[in-house]
Amino acid sequence: MNQRTFWAFVGPSLFMMVLFIAGPLVGVLVQSFQQQRADFETVERESCTPFGCTTETTAVPVTDDDGRIVTRTVWVGWDNYAALLDPDAVRAALNAPGDALRQLAQIRFWDALRFTVTFALVTLPLVLVLGLLLALAVNTLTDALKGPTIFVTLLPFIITPVIGALAVRWLFIGDGILTAGLERLLEREVAMFAQGWTIELMMLGYRVWHVVPFAFVIFYAGLQTVAAERLEAAGIDGATRWQKLRHVIVPHLMPLIVFVSLIHLMDSYRVFDEIVGFSASGYRTSLQYLTYEFLVPDESGNRSIGRASASAVLTMIGVVILLVPLLRNTWKEQRRA
Amino acid sequence: MKARSTLHRLPAVWRTSSSLLVAFWIVVALFPIAWLVVMSVKLPIDAFAPNVLDVLRGPDTRARVGGPSGYDLLLAGASLGLAVTVHRLRRTLFAPFADTVGELNVGGTILSYLTTALTLGVTTLVLTPWLGSALEAATPDGPLAHPLLGATLQHFRAVWIDNAFHVHLRNSLYVTGGVVSISLTIGALAGYGLARKGSRIAFWILIAALVFRALPHSTLVTGYLPPFIEFGLYGRQIAVIIVLVAINQPFTIWMLRSFFANVPATLDEAAMVDGATRLQAFWHVVMPVMWPGVITTGLFSFMLAYNDYLVAALLLDGRDQTMVPAIMQYFNRETTLGDQLEAIAAAVSITGPLFLIVLVFQRQIVSGLTQGAVKG
Repeated sequence: MNQRTFWAFVGPSLFMMVLFIAGPLVGVLVQSFQQQRADFETVERESCTPFGCTTETTAVPVTDDDGRIVTRTVWVGWDNYAALLDPDAVRAALNAPGDALRQLAQIRFWDALRFTVTFALVTLPLVLVLGLLLALAVNTLTDALKGPTIFVTLLPFIITPVIGALAVRWLFIGDGILTAGLERLLEREVAMFAQGWTIELMMLGYRVWHVVPFAFVIFYAGLQTVAAERLEAAGIDGATRWQKLRHVIVPHLMPLIVFVSLIHLMDSYRVFDEIVGFSASGYRTSLQYLTYEFLVPDESGNRSIGRASASAVLTMIGVVILLVPLLRNTWKEQRRA
Repeated sequence: MKARSTLHRLPAVWRTSSSLLVAFWIVVALFPIAWLVVMSVKLPIDAFAPNVLDVLRGPDTRARVGGPSGYDLLLAGASLGLAVTVHRLRRTLFAPFADTVGELNVGGTILSYLTTALTLGVTTLVLTPWLGSALEAATPDGPLAHPLLGATLQHFRAVWIDNAFHVHLRNSLYVTGGVVSISLTIGALAGYGLARKGSRIAFWILIAALVFRALPHSTLVTGYLPPFIEFGLYGRQIAVIIVLVAINQPFTIWMLRSFFANVPATLDEAAMVDGATRLQAFWHVVMPVMWPGVITTGLFSFMLAYNDYLVAALLLDGRDQTMVPAIMQYFNRETTLGDQLEAIAAAVSITGPLFLIVLVFQRQIVSGLTQGAVKG
């Protein structure tokens, strides 16, 4: 294929990505140093009482002909970042030995960062191990059972994330069926939505439930390509089942484990739907939810675009740090291929 | 043969424990979804009862609204059995549409699924209620003539008729339709170009796409909001379509590229030797063998658009909203148990189509998931 035909084929998609992905990224970077401020004008108002007149000056926002508040964009430097990161409070927290973590968790951004990173790193090993175990287990089933099992397994993966989170929420909320069961088991009152850590636990559990099918399908496909001869050779050499898994199967699946980790880290770092489904924002927020929150109009209809942009830029820096090792790996592989 | 021989050598303990693991997983995977369906047909007292059996049987619902009688349940079971049988026999029933190995072609497959759906629809929706009430009238004192389980469709009626949820369904269809068709059109062109050219620039485009895939969606929406408000796109579904197509594009080109790479390049080269242009070769020679890849990629694009909450919640409101964000409206007002049940009925309605998609396209979804991973 010559160069011109190549560009003709790739052009529309590239145009779309440059205009609608790269473009907004530059926009976000610029906006993160700006703020929308309402224009104020000072109005002198004379109020008279029988004892004489006083004049007061008050500041009122300028409105246009439709009665909407006129805003203008001002360059604010690092203000948006400072408001998010709150360096003074961080310094104060770090100077309070023993209490530093609790104080840091009071600042919304750091709390969101803590939750997001925990969420990604705790769910990752669970998803990998459970997915692999399930793949090994399904592989031993008879063929007639495999199809229906895979069908059922796909359901948690295919369900709309917000709806899946809601489904789990309804099992636990109030005297939901599982909360009632827990209460009977522990013989005491349980309120799953009254404190942060139980909500966090449910969100972690939901995400594992949602993603295990994905890991399972990939690993199961990978297991079909393990050479039976190698397993048999290992068996003749006296390898136990565990040693075969450790030294033959896992190394064979390694590229797939890296792939699942890459995709899972990308997706779980973006955790958002769980916060919506569990209405968790009062107790736990994620970085992406933080940006979302700034974008939702407040009572007077204003969006904090500047803050949202700063939060978005910080989130992106995080994703790059998280993915660099894995991306380097993919890059080398693609290069070799 | 090899695989089977190792299977037989598995010790009994090993086989039992892996069967137990699978059984446990099946329960865990199904329970939240199945429970949602059960709750959606009960009155509040039953739906939120602390006892599992009370929720399943729904005594309050049965006393106040009724439910299917023994006859209804038997007839529904028979209908399901009939539909499954019709589906099993599809290769015989539609033999004229089968190829030499007995696989149905695209038309035959669609026809067979329509037949199954029609059989199930007519038997459960028309025959079962009609025959059921006739049998109940004939044997009013028989043990099967009374409602066995409490069940009601009133929450679904409230959602779809009183709250006009179909408006949101239409919006969702519009958005998903737009996203799937635009994504696939430009994605197929790019995927083909990238698969047929192994140059440095193609490599960098793919790496950039991988980085773009990692971007949080809220980041992109933050970038769009000011210009969208400026140009009057805010609040219009076309805005959501644009954003979702952009978000989806990196994934689409990766997946389609790997499907195109499986089609031998000699195929289009042969066509071009015969005088076809590149575009003709692409459309008349490569695309006809690419349909499985296009269907699979289309399914994943559909799911992305159908499942989206964030983008639509930020860019649309009120009656223009798609289904998933619209469901959260039930949580903004003072939620009574009745409202919760309406939300549950809406949730079940949204999940229904996805369930059907897995049922019909299980193989394509599995191949799509493994495509990127196993082949690179």
